[in-house]
Amino acid sequence: MAKLNDYIPIIGQPVIDELKLLADKLRGKVIQIINSTSVGGGVAEILNRMVPLLKGLGINTRWDVIKGGEQFFEVTKKFHNVLHGGKELVENRDFEIFYETSQKNIEEMSIYGDIIFVHDPQPIALVQKKTQNQWIWRCHIDVSNPHEKVWAFIKKFISQYDASVFSAPSFAQKLLIRQYLIPPSIDPLSDKNKPLAPSVISAVLKKYGIARDKPIVTQISRFDYLKDPLGVIEAYRLVKKYNDCRLVLAGGTARDDPESGEVLAKVKEKAGSDPDIHVLLIPPGSDLEINALQRASDVIVQKSIKEGFGLTVAEALWKAKPVVASGVGGIPLQVKHKYSGQICYSIEGAALGIKLFLNSPDYARRLGEHGRDHIKQNFLLTRHLRDYMLLFLSLYHPEDIVSL
Amino acid sequence: MVNKNPFKFFTRLHLSELTGRRAINLLQLLTHLKRVPGSSIYHHTHRFLQIHQYLSPEPPNDFGYWVTEFLGESELGEKLTSIDTIQFSTIRSLRMEIIKTIEGYIREHPKALQKFVNPGQEFHFLKSRSFVLPTKYEATTLREFSEILKKISIDSIYFYIFEARLRKGKGINDFSAWIENSIGDRELADKIASLDPYTRTMEDLRKTLVEIIEGKISKELKK
Repeated sequence: MAKLNDYIPIIGQPVIDELKLLADKLRGKVIQIINSTSVGGGVAEILNRMVPLLKGLGINTRWDVIKGGEQFFEVTKKFHNVLHGGKELVENRDFEIFYETSQKNIEEMSIYGDIIFVHDPQPIALVQKKTQNQWIWRCHIDVSNPHEKVWAFIKKFISQYDASVFSAPSFAQKLLIRQYLIPPSIDPLSDKNKPLAPSVISAVLKKYGIARDKPIVTQISRFDYLKDPLGVIEAYRLVKKYNDCRLVLAGGTARDDPESGEVLAKVKEKAGSDPDIHVLLIPPGSDLEINALQRASDVIVQKSIKEGFGLTVAEALWKAKPVVASGVGGIPLQVKHKYSGQICYSIEGAALGIKLFLNSPDYARRLGEHGRDHIKQNFLLTRHLRDYMLLFLSLYHPEDIVSL
Repeated sequence: MVNKNPFKFFTRLHLSELTGRRAINLLQLLTHLKRVPGSSIYHHTHRFLQIHQYLSPEPPNDFGYWVTEFLGESELGEKLTSIDTIQFSTIRSLRMEIIKTIEGYIREHPKALQKFVNPGQEFHFLKSRSFVLPTKYEATTLREFSEILKKISIDSIYFYIFEARLRKGKGINDFSAWIENSIGDRELADKIASLDPYTRTMEDLRKTLVEIIEGKISKELKK
């Protein structure tokens, strides 16, 4: 696990010094972070890196996970989808199930922090245990066009918090509490993002039977309809008419996402017997393999229908890869069209972006380098750490210009 | 050139806050411009610089960018981006200039009011909350000052060049003020004050400041 000073070669000593200055101001506070899973998905990934760094800065930080059964997580996955604007039938029974499990967590979970930092809707009801402490609700979802009833339901809880956090400006809502913009980030020193020897990359490709005889186009994401893996296959087929290439669709599952098995089955069906489509189920914790697959790719795609932020885009850009991504959620914060990647809005647009990159490698390389610079300046874990510490401090200072 | 009033370096970090206000056309942009807090005007005329400070030395102006890229009113976008921000000593006066520019444009081009952006392209008004912290650095001489400038974070330089001048209504950047009042070098102070920081990347600005100061130190040594 990386220590704070390990980031100095990447971001410079002055930035590390500033992080230490901030941490000093939070001594004595206990930060209690609560979410629904410690493995799988972008939130757990960030927290797994962030929490040790906060502790390393001398901030008393603890991370707790709520409990829930299959039914509860099916409901919360449904909420997740419809908050993203998806069309599913939400029934009264769903809210009952949510309440029942929430009530159990309220009874069983100890709340001891000075600052309680709750992530996403699954644990949101815990705020009913609020006393003198400060509560923050961190939303990782694109709620720019949410299901009215579900949004109204969780808004009742949100209004009890002291502050909220969203990943992109378009996610802002009409709330009476303060809303902060803090995009997530990647850890440049993690197994998923650190530099890799060519031999490591080759070994991973060999393991998955991916030859390097033709360009590789890759999408790395959970098998989720909102990531549109089926659309990526269609885009690949359009590209294939002109550019012989391989498609890699690699992803895993998350404990709190019961839909992924169904999506994976549909992807395999659509891929059929095409030997140039590689559908890989990567188990949790295979970060080195994900890293290798990204580094081996000639183009990386993120053709999501909805995204909270799209961490895989930042990962790809950090590796200076040319990226073709949908202009949804937090992706436009990461990709500036034709400067640090290509933004697409359709299958045809994705195919066009891929072809442009495959046929113009200098252009692809240039955009990839710009992308890396952009991620370095704005989306590394150290920036995120800074923003969270400022967020915690903001709870105690209401003014716009705070002298610490 | 030693003085008894050391320059204590602070740094400024900031958090972006969402206001919930958004605009889909010029009229809404204007309406919100008149009502948002000053910290929002500051954010949209300075934050771009920090996010893209490695990218290009464009004067930061989110309003100009949005009007050009999404509303398609390039002429107005250019007018907004060309506003000589350095001439304004308060956020209030900068806000009035932006409003005056847009209102003037609408009078000349009333059809511009008929343009709307597509969903997903709205202008979202944010605001900046600034946190000012003391660092360990302190300079008593120009030499020390220059050495520290090479080491401090971009956020610290930003604070002195932009934030203190405009948000605190000081009208002059802190570096120039100290050099004039504590070092007693009016010429050097004026030279720094005459820089237009809005047309440089932050690292260019750091390099320029160091070059100007070290140039002056060398000149003094040769005397």
